[in-house]
Amino acid sequence: MTATDPSKRASLPIDPSIAPPGTRNFRDAGGIPADQWHADQNGETLVPTHCCFCGVQCGMYLRVDKGGKVFGVEPRNHDINRMRLCPKGINAYQQVNHPDRLTAPLMRRSRDEEFKECSWDEALDFTVSEIRRIQEAHGNDAFGLLGGASLFSEKTYLVGKFARVALKTKHVDYNGRLCMVSAAGANKLAFGIDRAGNPFSDILLTDCLLIAGSNVGECFPVMTQYLWGARDRGASLIVIDPRETAIARTADIHVALKPGTDSAFFNAVLNVVIAEGLTDEAYIAAHTTGWEEVKKTVAEYPPSRSAEICGVPASQIVQVARVFAGADRAMAWHARGIEHHSQGVENCLSVINLCVATGHIGKPGAGYGTITGQGNGQGGREHGQKSDLLPGGRSIGNPEHRKQICRIWGIEESELPGAGTSMMEMVWQMQRKEIRGLIGICNNPFVSLPNYAVVKDGYDTAEFHAQFDFFLSETAANAHVVFPVTTWAEDEGVMANAEARVVKHNKAQEPPAGVRTDTWVICELARRLGAGKHFDFPGSREVFEELRVASAGTVNDYYGITYDRLDETGGIVWPCPSTEHPGTPRLFEDGRTYHPDGKIHMQVVEWHPPMDAYTEEFPLSLTTGRTVAHFLSGNQTRRLGALVEQTPRPWVEVHPSHGFRNGEPVRVVTRRGSEVFPALVTEAIRPDTVFIPYHWPVPTSANALTIDALDPRSKIPEYKVCAARIEAAERVDEVPAPPTPPGREAYPEAQVSRTDPLPPTAPQGRGTAERS
Amino acid sequence: MMGRTIFIDPGRCIGCQACVSACRECDSHRGKSMIHLDYTEPGMSVASLPSVCMHCEDPVAPCAEVCPADAILVTADGVVQQADTTRCIGCSNCVNACPFGIPKIDLQAKLQMKCNLCYDRTAYGLAPMCATVCPTGALFYGTLEELQAERPGVQVADSFVFGDVVVQTGVAMVVPADKVQWPVPGGLPVVEINGKDVR
Ligand code: SF4
Ligand code: SF4
Repeated sequence: MTATDPSKRASLPIDPSIAPPGTRNFRDAGGIPADQWHADQNGETLVPTHCCFCGVQCGMYLRVDKGGKVFGVEPRNHDINRMRLCPKGINAYQQVNHPDRLTAPLMRRSRDEEFKECSWDEALDFTVSEIRRIQEAHGNDAFGLLGGASLFSEKTYLVGKFARVALKTKHVDYNGRLCMVSAAGANKLAFGIDRAGNPFSDILLTDCLLIAGSNVGECFPVMTQYLWGARDRGASLIVIDPRETAIARTADIHVALKPGTDSAFFNAVLNVVIAEGLTDEAYIAAHTTGWEEVKKTVAEYPPSRSAEICGVPASQIVQVARVFAGADRAMAWHARGIEHHSQGVENCLSVINLCVATGHIGKPGAGYGTITGQGNGQGGREHGQKSDLLPGGRSIGNPEHRKQICRIWGIEESELPGAGTSMMEMVWQMQRKEIRGLIGICNNPFVSLPNYAVVKDGYDTAEFHAQFDFFLSETAANAHVVFPVTTWAEDEGVMANAEARVVKHNKAQEPPAGVRTDTWVICELARRLGAGKHFDFPGSREVFEELRVASAGTVNDYYGITYDRLDETGGIVWPCPSTEHPGTPRLFEDGRTYHPDGKIHMQVVEWHPPMDAYTEEFPLSLTTGRTVAHFLSGNQTRRLGALVEQTPRPWVEVHPSHGFRNGEPVRVVTRRGSEVFPALVTEAIRPDTVFIPYHWPVPTSANALTIDALDPRSKIPEYKVCAARIEAAERVDEVPAPPTPPGREAYPEAQVSRTDPLPPTAPQGRGTAERS
Repeated sequence: MMGRTIFIDPGRCIGCQACVSACRECDSHRGKSMIHLDYTEPGMSVASLPSVCMHCEDPVAPCAEVCPADAILVTADGVVQQADTTRCIGCSNCVNACPFGIPKIDLQAKLQMKCNLCYDRTAYGLAPMCATVCPTGALFYGTLEELQAERPGVQVADSFVFGDVVVQTGVAMVVPADKVQWPVPGGLPVVEINGKDVR
């Protein structure tokens, strides 16, 4: 069947009991229930919880031995993943009792000294005295706080409250700023609500699935079961990606466009949809505003023009328009590939315009979704950790919202600071000494922020820096104080996955001696800063109760979600206004959005070129992304033997036309610097583009090269495109060997020093799979 | 007709190696993976496929056939077990005999190891670890009917031709419909291997 086959227009039959492939087959296989393996062996117990990593939030069991220690993992038949796990999820348990765990606070008075272990009192007192010193001399806003989207939602709520109530600073932000804020901004503008419109399971019902800027196979592997499930029903697959990824390889249409040209592409697709009369005029008339202006703008993007901008054939644009608009039910999912741009919000809006204009919204199998990178990328910003938001997604600039929160928090409105700046901007402010002290909680900007030289300079300039983490990350190694905190397996709390489904993580073991929960540390700091009465929380449960109440009546309504309900269900999707409410997996089924007028506000999108201009000196596009074995800054996964063995080092993907041989050292140069990587020569990438995975620190860091240009609205950095050149180099820098995982003699072959300069042997770098 | 077994569908594999990691977690050879992930056209495509033990049936599994110590046992339901530790002498005959390159020798321990279809799990009706976690269904555990119910029209092969030798396997491969050469007794088709026309 060809991609434009008109028979595709007819909707495919839906099997009412449809499930992702393979999931129905071994449940009823007889004997013990499929996911209850080992429950009764050797006094071992299985604790139901979720993976700590990406936004899929796969359900898993942690295996706990008689002594109460986590020692393994078992698949769990949870609604989201139905036993599936990716290699990160399978190996995650090895972090819990890893020998690298920090078990005592580390302290030093200046960066010239070595770290010394110290007592909790010393570390907390020193931190509080530094906060006081800086704030008395330079004002409250001279101290900043950076949270993380790996934290449970309770903790992200506490981070926002702590900044405003205890530190009294406006400078609080979080690393979700580097993740999906462009999608969040676009969804808020268009729909008045910041989340995916449909659950994963709707993918199984769609007739056409468009994936823009997401290497699903590597970044969200467990979501692939839904993609292949849709393919089993005959759904078309359209993949927009400069690289031929594992899903692009099987797509009906793979559009390998030039990085940074997404909105020009989607505008042209909409142009064709209009020209061919494939819009859903009735839906547009009843449910939208702004259509006339959008129509006028996309008229400026005929396929011929966009084809030139995007470096793809115009016929592909026409094909995509026909297949997507012609399908009975079509869906678009997107991720960082279109969001990590200086026009990330606009890129997302151009996808939304396409879905709305074709009426593919608010129906089973029709809608949009954003694929969250971090486990709690979605929940992490909902309750006030982001500089411009208060709990419940309230705006910090809105007088009514401020009043509501001050009432709940028991403070005067005059005491509540206004909006602060974003994560990258805070680094610039540290360079300018506007921010002189910083607490970072479970983030690693030394690897994750763009333009490493600037980041390092900013942190080095700060007079005081404290960091919460359970491993000594590259960023923590720069700090004055490091607080050793719990892993996800040693505390309970909720996260919201990419579907906005709130799931509960359970405690599987007691934290090692000397380790405290983030909640305890934040509350203790607050007490020492004199704000103790606002932070009387023995644990996550109590914080969650306050969060529920604080979110009641807002768009991000968690009021009806309780720990008990979460224990009984596979998770509840917000908004959930009452304890009887089932949650809201699919949005806009009645055609109403969360804007006061109930309409979808379509937004005009104009394409503009990426911030880093191409010149003769820098003719190529450098783009970055993930590899399946590692998670974000790699602070966690670069310590786990199996994952290091799978992908020991970064590489640069180059097209054969550049004349390099596989494995040759290649220097990648941008206006920020240069680094050397082994070449992975592959036809799976555009000739004008090179790709580096970003999980490693200097000297092999993609982010030493990327540009710290921001989207003006979402303030997300433009990681996915900058101008670069490549040249032959002398050698490839070493990547240090990982430490040994504990508990067993696991993977000795992975513990050898990785000085061997050979590159990965296969595309995507998943190349350590030679037979042994 | 074959019973519950693994079906390998390379068309779905995303090369994530969850199967490799999961195999390491299996209690019968904890810490070692018995699965390889292979790349079919490195540098040209990202296509990959997992190689598990094919649990050869016909003739008797080559590895078991050549074992001088009778260490490799085949169960009544066709599972080719890993070497019995009390018998294995670590001679590597099995490694050389296997047409799929599956058994491994731990040279220090002088011991063979291979996939035993997670016998500790499958004996209870559970799926092997690799097929349980595989995010894409590239490794599927069940019967042919169950596979075909989920993936209408899917074609599989459980016979492989190596030169003059045809090896019948307990584990089957999903093959593109246009690559199927002829049906063999038992109702399953043979697939052309290594470009060799078997007709
Ligand atoms: S990293 Fe994501 S896909 Fe992998 S197991 Fe964890 S939640 Fe699932
Ligand atoms: S787990 Fe499945 S998709 Fe991943 S490499 Fe193994 S067979 Fe392929």
